[in-house]
Formats: sequence, C-alpha cells, structure tokens
Amino acid sequence: MLTHAWIIPLIPAIAFVLILAFGKKLPRGGSEIGLASVAICFVLALAVGVGWIGRVNHPPESGAVEKHVAAVVAQSEKSEHPEAKPAEASEGHGTEEAAHETEGEAAAEEGGHEPAAEGAEEHHATDPVVREITWFQNDGVTIKVGTLVDGLSALMLVVVTLISLLVHVFSTDYVAGDRRYTHYFGFLSLFTASMLFFVLAENTLQMIVGWELVGLCSFALIGHWWEEKANSDAALKAFLTNRVGDIGLLVGVIILYFAAGKTFDTITINTLANEGEIGHFLLLVSSLCLMTAVMSKSGQFILHTWLPDAMAGPTPVSALIHAATMVVAGVFMIARLYGVFFNGLSIGTANINAMALIGAVTVLFGALLAFVQSDIKKVLAYSTVSQLGYMVMALGVGAWTAAIFHLFTHALFKACLFLGSGSLAHHIHSFDMKKDMGGMRKTMPKTFATFIIGTAALMGVPLVTAGFWSKDEILAGASQLGGDGGYPIMLVMGLLGAVCTCAYMTRAIWYVFYGEPRGKSAEHELHENGPRIVVPLYILAFGAIVAGWTNLPEKVFGIGIPSGWSLRFEHYVEPTGVYFPGELPTFAHPEFAPWIAVVSFFAIVIGAGGAYAWYWKGLGPHGITERNKFARAGYKVLENKYGLDILYTDVIAGGVKGPVAKATYWFNQNVIDGMVNLVASTARTTGEWVYKNIDQGVVDNVVKGSGLVAEGSGEVLRKAQTGKVQAYGAYLFLGAAVLAAIFVVIAS
Amino acid sequence: MKDLLNGWGPTAAVFLPLVGAAVLLAIPKSEETLQKVVALATSLVVFFVGVALMVDFDYDQSAKMQFLVDKTWIEMINSRYIMAIDGISLPLIALTVFVVPLVIIYSWNHFPEPHNPKAFLALILILETGMVGSFVAQDLLLFFVFFELVLLPMYFMIGVFGGEQRKYASLKFFLYTAFGSALMIVSILATYFLSPKVNIDGEMFHTFSMIELSNWAGSGLAKGTAILIFGGFFMGFGIKVPMFPFHTWLPDAHTQAPTQGSVILAAVLLKLGTYGFVRIAIPILPVGAVWWAPIIGGLAVIGIIYGALGCLAQTDMKRLIAFSSVAHMGYVMLGISTLTSFGINAAIFGMVAHGLITGMLFFIAGSVKDRFHTLEIKRLGGLLLQAPRMGWLLAFSVMASLGLPGLAGFWGEFPAILAAYDPADGLSVPLFRFFMVVAAIGTVFAAGYLLWLLQRVAFGEPTEEFKDEHIHDMHLTDYLAWSPMVVLIVVLGIYPNLLFKVTDGAVIQSLSHIAGH
Repeated sequence: MLTHAWIIPLIPAIAFVLILAFGKKLPRGGSEIGLASVAICFVLALAVGVGWIGRVNHPPESGAVEKHVAAVVAQSEKSEHPEAKPAEASEGHGTEEAAHETEGEAAAEEGGHEPAAEGAEEHHATDPVVREITWFQNDGVTIKVGTLVDGLSALMLVVVTLISLLVHVFSTDYVAGDRRYTHYFGFLSLFTASMLFFVLAENTLQMIVGWELVGLCSFALIGHWWEEKANSDAALKAFLTNRVGDIGLLVGVIILYFAAGKTFDTITINTLANEGEIGHFLLLVSSLCLMTAVMSKSGQFILHTWLPDAMAGPTPVSALIHAATMVVAGVFMIARLYGVFFNGLSIGTANINAMALIGAVTVLFGALLAFVQSDIKKVLAYSTVSQLGYMVMALGVGAWTAAIFHLFTHALFKACLFLGSGSLAHHIHSFDMKKDMGGMRKTMPKTFATFIIGTAALMGVPLVTAGFWSKDEILAGASQLGGDGGYPIMLVMGLLGAVCTCAYMTRAIWYVFYGEPRGKSAEHELHENGPRIVVPLYILAFGAIVAGWTNLPEKVFGIGIPSGWSLRFEHYVEPTGVYFPGELPTFAHPEFAPWIAVVSFFAIVIGAGGAYAWYWKGLGPHGITERNKFARAGYKVLENKYGLDILYTDVIAGGVKGPVAKATYWFNQNVIDGMVNLVASTARTTGEWVYKNIDQGVVDNVVKGSGLVAEGSGEVLRKAQTGKVQAYGAYLFLGAAVLAAIFVVIAS
Repeated sequence: MKDLLNGWGPTAAVFLPLVGAAVLLAIPKSEETLQKVVALATSLVVFFVGVALMVDFDYDQSAKMQFLVDKTWIEMINSRYIMAIDGISLPLIALTVFVVPLVIIYSWNHFPEPHNPKAFLALILILETGMVGSFVAQDLLLFFVFFELVLLPMYFMIGVFGGEQRKYASLKFFLYTAFGSALMIVSILATYFLSPKVNIDGEMFHTFSMIELSNWAGSGLAKGTAILIFGGFFMGFGIKVPMFPFHTWLPDAHTQAPTQGSVILAAVLLKLGTYGFVRIAIPILPVGAVWWAPIIGGLAVIGIIYGALGCLAQTDMKRLIAFSSVAHMGYVMLGISTLTSFGINAAIFGMVAHGLITGMLFFIAGSVKDRFHTLEIKRLGGLLLQAPRMGWLLAFSVMASLGLPGLAGFWGEFPAILAAYDPADGLSVPLFRFFMVVAAIGTVFAAGYLLWLLQRVAFGEPTEEFKDEHIHDMHLTDYLAWSPMVVLIVVLGIYPNLLFKVTDGAVIQSLSHIAGH
C-alpha cells in the first residue's frame, strides 16, 4: 500500500467527477458516491498507517534517501551541462533528453524500493517511500509528480480521511434538503482529493497545486449560499487573502528550486539544507517567504482575518476545512520542509525567531478576540486561530513532534466542537449564543456531553484529555528547546493564551448550555438530533480523550510509562534520516516537566474559575466597559478586530478597486490613448493641409492652369472634408505604402 | 501518408481555407445552410490535416524543421516558398485549426448584424489562411505577407459586423498594426541586406530564410545595428501582442468586435506577436535581444499590474476581459524576456492557455450579451440562478484565467515567474528578480478582478430588470463549441507535458546563441 498511495487521492477525484455528472439523478443526490469514496479512502489510509508502522518496526536497510538525493542532484547537474557548453547544445539534444528520462525513472525506482544492504546501525532510520513519474520536461529538466509516504503523510492521510468521513456522515443529515445538495458533496469530494494530494506531495510544485486547489474548494464552500452577498464577500476575502500569502509561497518555492540546484524535490531540498549545502541567507529568505503563505493559509496574525468570516459556509465545512484539515496546510508545509525552516531560522540555537513569534502572538491575540464574539462559530473560529498559533509556535521553538501531535488532537476536538455547534443550531438556524441559545444542556444532552468533552480537551484538562498532552508538550518545548534559556516569551504567551482559552470557552458554555432559553431556542420545541449527527460527535469526543495516549511521555510525575506505550507518536510519525533535521546536534525533544503541568493546571483554574465566577456567580466588575473608559477602549479595539478588517477591506482593497484603478484607467484613456489619438489626428490634419494647400492649391492649380475650373472639383473637396473619406484615405495610403514597399523590393 | 504530408501538409493547411472561402463565394446568398456546411466542412478538413501533421510529427526531434517545403518563389531576391513546422510552431498551428471550427459552430445561429453569413464565414476562413500561414512560413517575406493578410479580414469583421463604434475601433486596429508592420518591414529588409550571401545556382544572394538566418544569428553584426533592427521587430510584434504602452487598440477592438472576432483575436491573433519574438526576433538577433530584454521585461510587468488595474476600473464585462489580455500577455512577455528556455517554454504554454481560456471567456461574454442585450456589469447578476450552466462555466473560466493549478493557465504563469529568478547571462539578476516579485504580486490582482467580476455577474440574485425574464441556458451549439475547449484546458492543466515536451527541444535550439539560457 505504501507505494500505491497515489490511489487514495484519485478515488475522491473520480468521485467528484461522478457526482457532478450523475449526482442529481441518484436517489441520494450524489452523497452516496461521496460517502463511499471517502470510506474507501479511510480504509486505505489506515492500511497505509499500518504499513508504515510495520516499516518502522522492521525497517529495510536505510540509504535510499541518500541515493535519491544523489540521483536528483546528478540529474540537475546534468541539465546544467548544455549551458556549460553552448556550442554543443545545438546538436544532439534529442538523445540527451532521452537519457535524462531513463535516468529519472531509474532514480524513481531506486528511491522507492529495496535499497542495498548495509551494516546494522544503532539508530535505524526508516526511509520514506517515494514513487514518482515524469510530470513534464522543461529546459531539459524533468519535473516529477508522485507520492512521498512517511510517518507525517501517513498520519495526515488518516486524519483527513477520518474527519472527512465523519463530516460526510454528519452532512447527510445536516444539509439535507439544501438547494445545492449535490454540489455540496461534489466539492467535499474535490476538497478531500486535493487535500490528500497535498499531503502526499513529493515536491514543492505539487504542494503549490494542492495548496491552491484546497483554496478553491474553500472558496466554493464558503460561498456555498452565494445568493447572499455577505457569503460571497467572505468567499472572495478568503481567496484573496490566501493569494496574498501565495506570493510568498511562489517566491519561496522558486528560491528553493534554484538553491537546491533546479529541483522541486522536498527530500533533496531538506537534505541539502540539513547538510549545509544551501547558504543560510537563501534559507532565511525562503523560509520568511514561505512563512507569509503559512500566515494566510493557517490563519496566523495579521493575515488571519479571512478565517472568522469563512464561517459563512455550512458548519460541517467549517469543521472539516476551517478547523481540522485545510487550515493546518501551512503547519504541514513547515513540517514537511522543516530542514529549510530549522536551518533558515536557526531554530535550534535562538531564543526568538519569526516563526515562534508569529505563532505566539497569534495564540494570544486570537484568544482575546474570542472573548467578544456572540456567535458561537466565531468563538470557535478565533479559537482555531489561536490553536493554530500553538502549532506554529511549537514548530518555531523546535518542538516538531509536539506541533504535529497538537495538529492531530486539535483536529479531533475542534471538529467535535464545530460539529457540536452545528448540532445545536440544526433546529434553531442561528449561531447567536446571546440571543438565541441558553439552557440547552437539558434539551440536547448528547450534544452537551460531547461538547463538554471537546471543551475540556481544548482547555487541556490535565491527564485525561488529549489537549493536555499535546499543549503541555508545546509549552515544555518552549521552555527547554532553543538556545540557552529556551524561548521564554513563547512560554509566557502560551500560558497566557491557555488562561484566555479556558475563560472564553467557559463563557461560551455558560451562554449556550446554562441560564434560561432565549430567542429561538425558547420558541422552538428542541430535541436531540438523530444518529447521523450524534454518532460522529461520539466518535470525535472519544478521540478527544484517547488521542492523547498516543504520545504519553516516558515519565509523568515520576511514574514511568512502559516503553511500548510512551512516545509512540514520536517514534512512528517523526521522520528519521537526513531529510529531517532530527540528527542535527541542535535538534532535541522536550521532556515532561512537572512544573509546567502544574502551572498550566493553574492557568485552567484561573481562566475557567474566573469565567465561572463572573457568569455563574455574577462576581466581578460587571458593566465596567460602560463605566471605565480604558476598559471600553480595550473592548472597542477587540470588537473592531484591531482594525485590521477596516485596513484590508476598506483601505487597501477599496483603495485599489476605487481610486487607484480609476486613476490608472483615466491615465490610460486620456494620456496613453490620448497620445495615440493625437498622433492620428495630427497626421490627419497634416494630410488635410497638404491636400488642400499643396496638392489642390499648388499642384492642382498648375494642372488647372488652363483655366478649366470644373464644378465637380469643389464637390470632391467637400466630400473629402466630411472626414470619413479622409479616414479611409489615410488607411488606404498607409496600406498602399506598405504594398509599395513590397513592390519596390520585388522589383529591384 | 507521411510522404504526402511531407510535401503538401503545411501547404494544404494554409490554403485549404482559402479554397473553402472561394467555394463559399460561389454559393448564392440565399443558401445559408449550405454556406455554413461548406465553411464548417472546410475548417474540419483543415483541422484533420492539422491532426495528421501532429500525428506524423516526430516528437523526439522537435527542434528539427519537419514537413519542410523549399521552393523558389521570387527568384530575383531569393525570397523562397519555405514552409516547415517545428516544436514552436506546432502548438500554435494546433491551436488555430482547433479554434476556427469551434468558432464556426458557435456562429451557427449567432450571426452578428448585419446578417450576412456568406461574407462572415468567408472572412473567418481567409483569416485562418493568414494565421496558419504565419505559423508555418519560414521565409521572412512570406511570413510578412501572411502576417499582413490577417489584418484585412479582421478589419472588415470589426468594421462591418462590430458594435456601435466599430468604425473607430477597426480603423485604430488597422492603422496601429500597420504602423508596427511598417517598422517591421524595414527590419526585415535590413536583415536581408545584412545577411551573408548564399550560392543559389551559381549566383550569390542574400537570404530571407528564417532557418538560415537563425543559424547565422547576426554574427559579425555591429551591436548597435542588431539593437536597431531588433527595435523594428519589437515595434511590429510588440504592438500586436500588445505590450504596454501600445495596447490601447486592443480594448476598443475587442469591445467592438463581434464575439467570433474577439475569440479569434484573443485566441490566435495576439499570439502572432509573441510568436514573432520567439521565432524571428530572438533567434536571428540574439545580441539585440539581450539589450532589449530588460525593457521588454519591464514593460511586461508594468503591463501585468497596469492591465489588472485597468480591469478593476471597467464597467463592461467584455472590456474587462479585453483588458485582462494585457495582463496575461504580460506574463508571456516576461517569460520571453528572460531569454531562458524555461521562460520561453512557459511563454508558449501561456500563449496556448491564454488562447483557450480567454477565448472561452469571450464566448461566454458573447452569449451573455446575446441573452441580456447588455454587458454592463451593474445590470447583470445572479447568472448562476438564471442560466446555471453558463454561470458555472464562467466560474470555471475565471478560475482558469486566474491561474489555478490543475488548469492550463497555471503552467503559463508560474514557470514564467520562476524563469525570471535566473535570466540568461548578460541580464541583470536583481532587476529580473524584482520583475519576478512584481509578477507574483500580479497574481493577486488577477484573482481580484476576475473574482470580483464573477461575484457581480454570477452570484447574488438577478437584478430587477431581468428578474422575470426567461433566460435560455446553453444551446446545442454552445455545448459543441465550448466543451472541447473546457476539456483541453483541464487536460493541459493536469498533464502539461503534452505541450512542454513538444516545445522544449525547439526552444533550446532557438536559444543556442544566447549564453546561459
């Protein structure tokens, strides 16, 4: 299965085509095709996972990565060859290219399969499984497309297909009767295909393709109900903000392409970066460029503003695309190209760097915004922003495994929360916690239970929830990794973020589940949803607990965990070998630190306890925002989302669309085109003048010297001045001039 | 088959449309169906000749001139009837013979006013002769004749069948291009007189043969001379592309032209300019090319941003699409200006992709105009509700146009940007990297104006004006004309090697006199 992973994205891609072609004619509107395809994908993804675990347990002899890199380097060096000797280049290109191709294929086979035997090592690296074919050839360089299966991609396959499957099931009930039911499932399939293509990408070009395709699906699904302008606005905003980040993606990928000697191959790029073959400056610039792309795709502060607006789409879409999978594409990209980032940003030796800082700022600023939302989906959206901040921060401090572990647990518990909010709103058709919810723990007990579990995981309730283990590992990483003294700012901001997280989630729970029913929830006869909605919630809630067990530390408060149970995640998911910086001396793993666990426990107590006291008990200075102008100002800043939306939408987009574009067009019509018209009219006036004064005045008068003044000539002159004839005359003249030129040449 | 094609293939592809046009003129005016059938049959025969050429083309030697015909034409000056096809011309020939039948199918029930199918179809067929001829001619003078031949039918198409300001637009189109051609013919003659003499039957002659001139590549020419001659070509081809700041004829011509005219103009005519750079100007005058490249690159990236801003200011759908051509051709010209084979391959891909995608957009705009009798964006809206299939196709074309990976547009755009990172030797690296960043920023603008167009035209509810009107979704002719284009856009997007493999060898060969390409 490891070498046949390409089948996995292909299945939903075919499903997409089938749904578009036949979906409307099927009894369930095409959802059955989508459901079946993603179910098969899930099984296949599990097979890949099992296959990968088997490969780690019984690794074949390593060395394939080195061979793969050597082959790629050799090929790109060979493509340089014609440049070195331009004189020879004109001859025999055909044969040379043919040679390239066969060599490329040979490399593919070597890269993919049984490498040569080698002596036993103490630390056994498990080589990734690469399979590739020629995508195209340009400038004599063959560019490949293929799959790269290692622990990371195997994990992503499982996560994406699992969440996608549950969302498909949930959607069959949730969007039943929708005006574009078939399209909805079509795009879910296309999204699944694109995301799987992305996580299996073998080279950076392929990553761009997947990256943009998931963006397209996000666009289509955010704007699913495009009749309302607000929805299509949100869709456009998402796409355009991501395009801004994509500038960085394109430039970063291009720099790496040339830095690695004309190849997009991720293994080669990483290996060369780790071995110091690529200059530090190039790595730094390209990682900063790629960071912009991460900021837009993964909702990092200041390019996060599209993500909350993206909640305009159907809720299951928010769960799948805007919480669990697509938005982690940026995190995945960093993880995939970690050799570049780790060396480019000097992660192993610094105390602060751009990535860690962006992540940390996002953690805190995103969490603060979640406080002032009254729409539950917006609370969850800002929470997603903040949690994505944790992942990026973790990668920024060097805690690779912690970041991916958090990606995994977050996908489960956040999907649980999002689908939970959908379950709550299914009957009342409103997400407004303040106006339309309240007291729902009684009417929807199953949703309540799963929502509480999801919230506990998000807060990181110690020892029992998945969120605790992953978040704690990140905080431990911030305190232990990096240069001397670790990353103290990141640790502090991470802890503050945890306090905020607990507080805003407690607030949300209060508004939704406690107090008296308000608005629509009071008007409707509420009841719990059917199994197609509740069962996915159960599964995700279960996952929100047990997922944490996959990477238990070796020692927890002095209690040793058996080695077959601890750090399984690190063992199976973290890549080994030269294409990952794991063997660099500056790379390390954080260890469980009891004091951090205790401090983060207090963070929960402060955050959740504070909110409990405020909402349940009515303690604290209520109404302070009305009385105190500082508090009011702070609240306003948050309510206006730091003014970023105004800056982007009104100032930048509005400015370009309005004055700038209009001024350019004015310039075009009046200056550039004005010049053209001026030249034309000058030519015409000159022609007229020549005709009137020289041709008719001088030449003709000589002819007419005999005194014969026919009346007809006046007729001709009048006609000539009506303009049309003039114009035709001008073009005929020019045409004739051109023909004359040809004639002269021919005749000479 | 092979032998027949070798002798007659290119000639047949060029002159069969002319024969068809002659037959068409002999048919009485009242027999409209017969006229349509004859025109379609002619274009289909040409298409199959094109397919036969593609089948017999030796893809392993795409750098070699294949199906070569070399006969005396104008003996006195050694201008010869040379026709041949290599990897650079093949994709463009294919594009031409592919698009023309689709345009005729689309016309079936959509003849523009004044209703005159006979003349209209004859013009299309004459155009085809000119276009295919330009792509197969390997003699400068022969090329020039075809290049100019294209002007007249298009002039009449706009001037007779166009919109309200057709007179102004067609005249501007004609004069502007003729002006460029006048400078070009000077360059052609200069090249001829400076070329080394060859022995023809015992007499020594200069040569117009593009093959021989490319091998000569201006060696021994003073740098200043090469630059000046290149300048003439630059004007001739640059106006045709059109490059900023010579683009103002384009929006007028497109806006006034009938739909079919716009499609052909966008799909093929603009490519004559870029093809001229790749085929003639750069291989024959590499020294001039290196001098001009930064200017071309600079104008290209200005065109990208400028065209996009122009798009944002438009209130008319068709004019917006026309302006987008300025931006898109900017990417093509950026690829060419790098003088690297990577960039020029991308440029050729971009030409084909732009032809298909913008052709599609003009088709849709034409159909919208047909149904709503207006293209004013403000008055449109909710196309997806009233004509869902057309709406989805518009969305598809918009996505393709903004360079979405997986569709053809991407492979013209991204590799061109990439090539700017590492231009040929002798070009300023920092300057071209700056161009690269500007071009990358241009992708955001492209997404901006295209999606904004989509939002205003396709999303939302229909406006009050058209709310109760019955809008017919796609006709049979629309399906027939559009689906091949859609399929090709997807296929090229998924497997770009179909094109890259064809052009690569020929492009590398054409750049053999430029260092570090």
